[in-house]
Amino acid sequence: MMTYLSLFLTYLKIGLFGFGGGYAMLSLIQHETVEVVQWGATAPWLTQSEFTDIVAISQMTPGPIGINSATYIGYTVTGSVWGSVVATIAVCLPSFLLVLLVSRFILRNKENPIIKSIFKGLRPVVVGLIASAALLLMNRENFSDNTFSIAIAIVSFILVYFAKLHPIWVIAIAGVAGYIIY
Amino acid sequence: MKNIYLQLFTTFMKIGAFTFGGGWAMIPLIEREVVDKHKWISREDFIDELAVAQSLPGILAVNMSVLVGNKLRGLKGSLAAAIGTILPSFVIILLIAIFFVRIYDNPTVASIFKGIRPAVVALIVAPVLSTAKSAKLNRLTFAIPIVVALAIWMCGVSPVWCIIAGGLGGYIHYIVNRYSTMCSKKGGKE
Repeated sequence: MMTYLSLFLTYLKIGLFGFGGGYAMLSLIQHETVEVVQWGATAPWLTQSEFTDIVAISQMTPGPIGINSATYIGYTVTGSVWGSVVATIAVCLPSFLLVLLVSRFILRNKENPIIKSIFKGLRPVVVGLIASAALLLMNRENFSDNTFSIAIAIVSFILVYFAKLHPIWVIAIAGVAGYIIY
Repeated sequence: MKNIYLQLFTTFMKIGAFTFGGGWAMIPLIEREVVDKHKWISREDFIDELAVAQSLPGILAVNMSVLVGNKLRGLKGSLAAAIGTILPSFVIILLIAIFFVRIYDNPTVASIFKGIRPAVVALIVAPVLSTAKSAKLNRLTFAIPIVVALAIWMCGVSPVWCIIAGGLGGYIHYIVNRYSTMCSKKGGKE
């Protein structure tokens, strides 16, 4: 029961503070599931490599990463479908409440300088959030051997950033490379 | 006439099932379905709603479906649309969660994921650069993402505090700016 409650509260928090899109939300999810030991648990819910694998899986499957991680972690933490249901509802709940309560207010006050200034302050923070997610993932667990791991990371970066290849293909290519190398 | 709730549900389910990468990948599809095909809302309204969906926290695709559903049929409409968006990824990920655990220790699967992990890191480094560019950082704000990233990475600070500090910082900056322009105007008069 404790686990369900902390799943619910954790994903509620992720939904409520998830500004700046999927990648920025990643740093919140990572902090809550890999760094922090939640109530009713003796260790963080995930290891760094499990978290990385979930990111990979959610890039390869349809749907937003917030939903994917909630569904996956909800199941693995409780071993039950209900864990997935609870976490997924929790991450979406703030969207419902905020859209129904404040969307009209925001629409009417789009040009309000105070609201504008708050979002202006958030913009550089979002960049830092994504950077922190990337930094936390650069660890031994994900770079198990120096040469090949770094080579895969560099080639992937070139493919996605400069060649504008879709993430699915980058992951597929890296998977094939892993199969051949290891 | 077809049931509008069912239409909302199936339309958003289609969008949820066929877009990889979530968020921004879904927006053009939602626009095509909601504005061009079903003519549920006008393009101007769509752009307004998108601006709201972006500024609210939460999953962009969910925000967008709640907004569109709410505009058409209130709470019930927003539920139909949001459940449609969520359901495909929920079912797919649940199946993976149930079966993936069993093949996780398989040596082939392990070696594939060993190759994938460094690529995932690269996938997250790329949006750091593109969002840094679009955030138009100047000499002053350039330090903010660096401080945020280091605080979370090295000191284990919760991202929640960074978000609160960012919003608050933007507000304080506005107050200070207004105060200083007010002072300089006064000074000019005297």
